[in-house]
Amino acid sequence: MSWVFLRDLLSGVNKYSTGIGRIWVAVVFMFRLLVYVAAAENIWKHEHDEFECNIKQPGCENVCFDHFFPVSHIRLWALQLIMVSTPSLLVVFHVAYRQNKHHKQKLHKNPGKIDGGLLCTYLISLILKTGLEIVFLVLFYKLYNGFKIPPLVKCDIKPCPNTVDCYISKPTEKMIFLHFLLATSCLCIVLNLSELSYLIFKYSIKCYLKRHLKKQQ
Amino acid sequence: MDWGALHTILGGVNKHSTSIGKIWLTVLFIFRIMILVVAAERVWGDEQDDFVCNTLQPGCRNVCYDHFFPISHIRLWALQLIFVSTPALLVAMHVAYRRHEKKRQFRKGDQKCEFKDIEEIRKQRFRIEGSLWWTYTSSIFFRLIFEAVFMYAFYFMYDGFRMPRLMKCNAWPCPNTVDCFVSRPTEKTVFTIFMIAVSSICILLNVAELCYLLTKFFLRRSKKAGNSKQQPNHESKEETKQNEMNELISDSCQNTVIGFSS
Repeated sequence: MSWVFLRDLLSGVNKYSTGIGRIWVAVVFMFRLLVYVAAAENIWKHEHDEFECNIKQPGCENVCFDHFFPVSHIRLWALQLIMVSTPSLLVVFHVAYRQNKHHKQKLHKNPGKIDGGLLCTYLISLILKTGLEIVFLVLFYKLYNGFKIPPLVKCDIKPCPNTVDCYISKPTEKMIFLHFLLATSCLCIVLNLSELSYLIFKYSIKCYLKRHLKKQQ
Repeated sequence: MDWGALHTILGGVNKHSTSIGKIWLTVLFIFRIMILVVAAERVWGDEQDDFVCNTLQPGCRNVCYDHFFPISHIRLWALQLIFVSTPALLVAMHVAYRRHEKKRQFRKGDQKCEFKDIEEIRKQRFRIEGSLWWTYTSSIFFRLIFEAVFMYAFYFMYDGFRMPRLMKCNAWPCPNTVDCFVSRPTEKTVFTIFMIAVSSICILLNVAELCYLLTKFFLRRSKKAGNSKQQPNHESKEETKQNEMNELISDSCQNTVIGFSS
């Protein structure tokens, strides 16, 4: 079980997405998943070993690390990627349900068309995706006081005997990648909102025109 | 998800690239991505563990490492490769869009559509002309920009491409100016120079491809202008249609030959 599963899931969803949805999938693959696996994971690999406090008191380093990093940035990043990709499963399930119900109807023949119930499911998945992105960004902000990583933190939790200086490893590199994460998340939020507006606008016009034609008849 | 997935995505674009584009892709995968994954990552693997400073002051090593390496070479290369590969996705999307349109025409039963089944549409190789030419040229242009930006960022951040053995650090909490020693400086210098050389080759290939596409575009335009000048003004509609068809036939014959040779 690895990121390949997520990649396959998103590739499957791509078939039933709009143009903007496909751009979203490309952004998630290239700028989030690939950057995470190829670069970011290694930066946080030895974060605990390289976290150093100016004290010899046993346990002080552990306690301070735990206090300042309740959930590591990289784990939050991974969770965010998984949660944000999951609403697409709703669309996949709905399509599978339709295909089971109407055996003869081959949906894959006309993959670009989203209508009726599938449209509602798609819109719900977009709203969930956007919501989850915002939730994780707020969580990052609240847990770490913004997207900054200071090189030095002061810790005075027991068993540290007094206020002790603790040094975080690679703070600049970590901050660069956090800002990258923030930028890509915001881009994905913008793409989701654009897709939402586009679909609502398109189908409202369609409904309006249908009603107008019926009245004329 | 790894570099293999990127290979699958870009491999699809390869079919619609020029010959120079195919060479560029090969250079990218063999001399950059593969070298990065198989060799460079090992060389930089122990970079902080083996970064040693001549002091026992806790925190001094961390701070000095962070000061001299704001972003590690290996991460910068990974980002560069990702950004440089991304414009090819524009071409992939454009091709996918064209295929989708052709499939739609086919399904409507359009008589203009020359394909017999959907499989043929899927396997079709599109010529780089019209709007696809613009997309392809823009992708090459963006690739060039990204390569140049990353090379400059590298040069600017590390004051050249050499990895020194010794760095002098006096950032707090180091008590005074402290000697810090980088692990494997010569090996890192060799790989840095190698990666920079291959980036330069890729830039040259992109410039060559851009020139080739522009030359082809202007030649085609002048050929069409030349053909239209030869036709008399009072030519009938039928004669004009016949001439257009002849041009299309001769163009497609030319491209079939080019297709086979590439």
